[in-house]
Amino acid sequence: MIDVMLSSLSQLFTVSHLLFMTTGVLVGLVVGIIPGLGGIAGMSLLLPFLYGMEPSVALGMLMGLVAVIPTGDTFASVLLGIPGSSASQATVVDGFSLAKRGQAARALSSAFLSSMLGGLLGAVVLSAFIVVARPLVLSFSSSELFMLTLLGLSMVAVLSGKELFKGLAACGLGLLVGIIGMAPATGEFRLNFGLDYLYDGLPLVVVGLGIFALPEIVELLLKRGAISESPCRLGEGWARGLRDVREQKGLVARCAAIGSLVGTIPGLAGSVVDWMTYGHAVQSARDKSQFGKGDIRGVIAPESANNACACGAMVPTLLFGVPGSGTAAIFLGGLLLLGLQPGVGMIETHLDLTYTIIWSLALANVLGAALCLVLARPVASLTRVRFTILAPVILVLIMFAAYQSTRSVADLVALGAIGAMGILFKQAGWSRPAFLIGFVLAPGAENYFYQAVQFQGTAAFSRPGVIIIGALIVAILFMPMLKRTWLNRRSVASGTDEETSGSEPSGTNSLGRVDLVIITGMLLLAGVALVDTWGLSLTGGIMPWLAIGILVLSLVCEMARNLMHPVTWVKQTIAVQLLWIGGFFLLIGAILALGFVLTATLFSLLFLLLVARVKPWIATGMAMCIAGFLVGMGHILTLTYPAGVLDPLLFQ
Amino acid sequence: MHIPAFIAQRKFSLGVTLAIAMSAVAISATVSPQAQASTEVPSQIKWTIPFGVGGGTDVWARFFAPWFSQNLPDNPTVVIDNVPGGGSINGANIFSIRASHKGDNWIGTSASTQYPAMLGDPRVRYDYADWTPILATPTGGVVYAQPRLGESADEVMASMLKSPVKLAAQSPTGVELPVLLALDLLGVDVDAVFGMRSRGEGRLAFERGEADIDFQTTSAYLSSVQPLVEAGKAIPLFSLGILDEQGDIVRDPAFPELPTFLEVYASLNDNQMPTGEAYTAYRKFFASGYTLQKLVMVPKDAPQELIDTYREAAREFVASDAFKQEAQAQLGPYEPVIGEVVQRHLDESMDLKDSTREWLVNWLKTEHGASI
Repeated sequence: MIDVMLSSLSQLFTVSHLLFMTTGVLVGLVVGIIPGLGGIAGMSLLLPFLYGMEPSVALGMLMGLVAVIPTGDTFASVLLGIPGSSASQATVVDGFSLAKRGQAARALSSAFLSSMLGGLLGAVVLSAFIVVARPLVLSFSSSELFMLTLLGLSMVAVLSGKELFKGLAACGLGLLVGIIGMAPATGEFRLNFGLDYLYDGLPLVVVGLGIFALPEIVELLLKRGAISESPCRLGEGWARGLRDVREQKGLVARCAAIGSLVGTIPGLAGSVVDWMTYGHAVQSARDKSQFGKGDIRGVIAPESANNACACGAMVPTLLFGVPGSGTAAIFLGGLLLLGLQPGVGMIETHLDLTYTIIWSLALANVLGAALCLVLARPVASLTRVRFTILAPVILVLIMFAAYQSTRSVADLVALGAIGAMGILFKQAGWSRPAFLIGFVLAPGAENYFYQAVQFQGTAAFSRPGVIIIGALIVAILFMPMLKRTWLNRRSVASGTDEETSGSEPSGTNSLGRVDLVIITGMLLLAGVALVDTWGLSLTGGIMPWLAIGILVLSLVCEMARNLMHPVTWVKQTIAVQLLWIGGFFLLIGAILALGFVLTATLFSLLFLLLVARVKPWIATGMAMCIAGFLVGMGHILTLTYPAGVLDPLLFQ
Repeated sequence: MHIPAFIAQRKFSLGVTLAIAMSAVAISATVSPQAQASTEVPSQIKWTIPFGVGGGTDVWARFFAPWFSQNLPDNPTVVIDNVPGGGSINGANIFSIRASHKGDNWIGTSASTQYPAMLGDPRVRYDYADWTPILATPTGGVVYAQPRLGESADEVMASMLKSPVKLAAQSPTGVELPVLLALDLLGVDVDAVFGMRSRGEGRLAFERGEADIDFQTTSAYLSSVQPLVEAGKAIPLFSLGILDEQGDIVRDPAFPELPTFLEVYASLNDNQMPTGEAYTAYRKFFASGYTLQKLVMVPKDAPQELIDTYREAAREFVASDAFKQEAQAQLGPYEPVIGEVVQRHLDESMDLKDSTREWLVNWLKTEHGASI
């Protein structure tokens, strides 16, 4: 084995291999930096060139791309608050907060360093693991996979902290939105209201952008300042980021390990890993007060995990031909185009290529992180630009990204709708991650539960793996509570009547207009969902009913909590925010009428002239760049934008 | 080490394509290409693939694209346009509305595009009658079982007839439909567990020991199941067979040693052939999902001369040795079918009688609790 490893290593440093890997890395960085374009789009760009290429060189190129996407997409997450791809959603929470506090360089440099370390650790794990992984991966049956989705869901409790019921309600709503589409067990359609668009459910990218990015944009627009409120001390910021990683090396190692292991399990999408490790970071921290407001650990944890996860996802792809992530699915197509069949043969007859893949992954991680570190400082200075100038560019990027999901105008409408909800959530402090976790895990939870019961019956829940993961969940949920009661008892006994919601002194309960709007809206949605799913069979309906149950029950608990304790009425403003969302829908209307490219160009021009009040020649220049970007990407990705009336005449 | 010439060339073409695309940004706003006489081969062919990148149909299309490009007059560029969603229904719907009738728009469809059309899925707005086939590629498939059911195929069959078996499937109307019908005709009680995202996931469930039996199409069987069979971890039972020119189901050239489903049926039923709606349904779905698993199609009112040119080019490269050699790995030992022959098979298989459809809907409901 060692000689194969070494010969693959020497293969790695041939001119052609390095050349193509660098190409892959560069394409990957560009694709990673543009929000919404992730591994899937990047692979689509490279795939046409694979046919007929030398396999080892082609694999190097693909790996270069795969390795750096979770590194490059950090830029958008940290600087703009836009989840660059599904793997960077958790990074947004603290990364963007750090940027707003003027510490973008620190967030970026620690993100890149931990990405690189995570990727390297992932590659090390992978190189030993790949030859013995088969039995372990095969030991994960549907029941263990189901338990893993529950483990992911238990992060909701960790992340919502003292606002447990609000978090659970948000998660319930996420579950409900996540099961839109076909019931896996029976083929019945749920909650699609006869709309073709909803038959497949809402796309993750649209939901991620809507819930995180749009509310941030609106907030920044209202403030009219730059993204970072305090000036960024660049020189210190990025050295400090590197120091942060050194101080948190234990966290990096643990998160990389979690990342590579979860990545190896087929079926669990990479988008869960960042939340799991984020939850882990929150839970293992002694001082949790800064999470969500800009804690560097909230950046380090998901970033070390997502690169490791990209490595881990190669295990099921290579060993079983069953991709562990969306990007891996396309990589699989690439393998087939190269005439390579994944499976046991990758170890027995193509071990050298397998190691080329792993080594390329490691090397590309280093290269990608180095390039990003070089870019970090100049790019971080973006946060000092007045936001009104950036806003149209970012908005067009987000719409472009959302439109990538299914290439239908409905993507934009869904983006606006989820965005409106995100704004409400943000204003009233309801947990947006909890919603997203519910949304991401709903299909897996339902599917694996159904499969576990069908395949194994009641035996599904007495398997050792299931019990181990179950114990882990219990530990995550109850350990902090037990620890607290124990500590409380050790000092002076102080009655804790709010069992799970933490011993928050009563009186800080606050309620506002937006809370009431959210609660009423959620109850209405639950009602609509119940009516829609009423006629379903038991197997098709159990999951929506469960989601409705969680939603309604936690709302009732939340209301009871508010009734039992003194509540301070807080003023929550929302009118202006919703006005902006209204404007967004107007924009969609204009896109339908005029066409995507023209609307985006005109909108940027007018916005820059009238709202941002920049010089006409700058406004025109930027608008031209936006048109150029859209038309160019349209060509590269063979995209057909919503055409409207005028676009076909102007842009062909 | 030196760089082989063809790689260097590819690198060049990648760079150039990106560069051109980037710089095209500025100019393209004003340029509007393609306006030529209708029968000339267009300079660019846009090939809609209603699936995501990297999936089976996408890889299939990317395999064929250069062959078409190199063998058509003036070597047009064949651009693959992936439109995923709705299990290929979205892309096919969009194609049926938007495709130009000049012959420069193609679509590649698969069993999962054909089946919803046959079953009258309310989302389907396309009609195969509007399209003309250029080329079709067939595939076959094998049903295999866990060795715990018996040491030989006969023993396994015997125990399968006694107690129900579990099979991991994608959806009630997925590519496993003919397999479910075949097993039902044989008298096997199948507990189908739906919700697999691919056949690969189904095989994983089999390898984990959760599923008792499994089914894979030829290329996946050869690469992933053959090693299991050799290691004694799977017992092949029967192949679905292939349709010959006369429309009879005969042994699959990829598995000459395996009996077809019909042979197994005959040996269990005193050499009788199956009859009735179940068998009709089986034949239709088998033909449209396997004999014509993947299709290259153009809108019917594209210029006939152009369609002939496409078919001629296909006929030429399919007959070449170079193609045969490369196709072995991608398509298995099956030869693509071209032109009128495809049309005949297509008309036959897509035409499902109302009575058959009703029977099928009812059968899916009662046997598999699935509503369509």
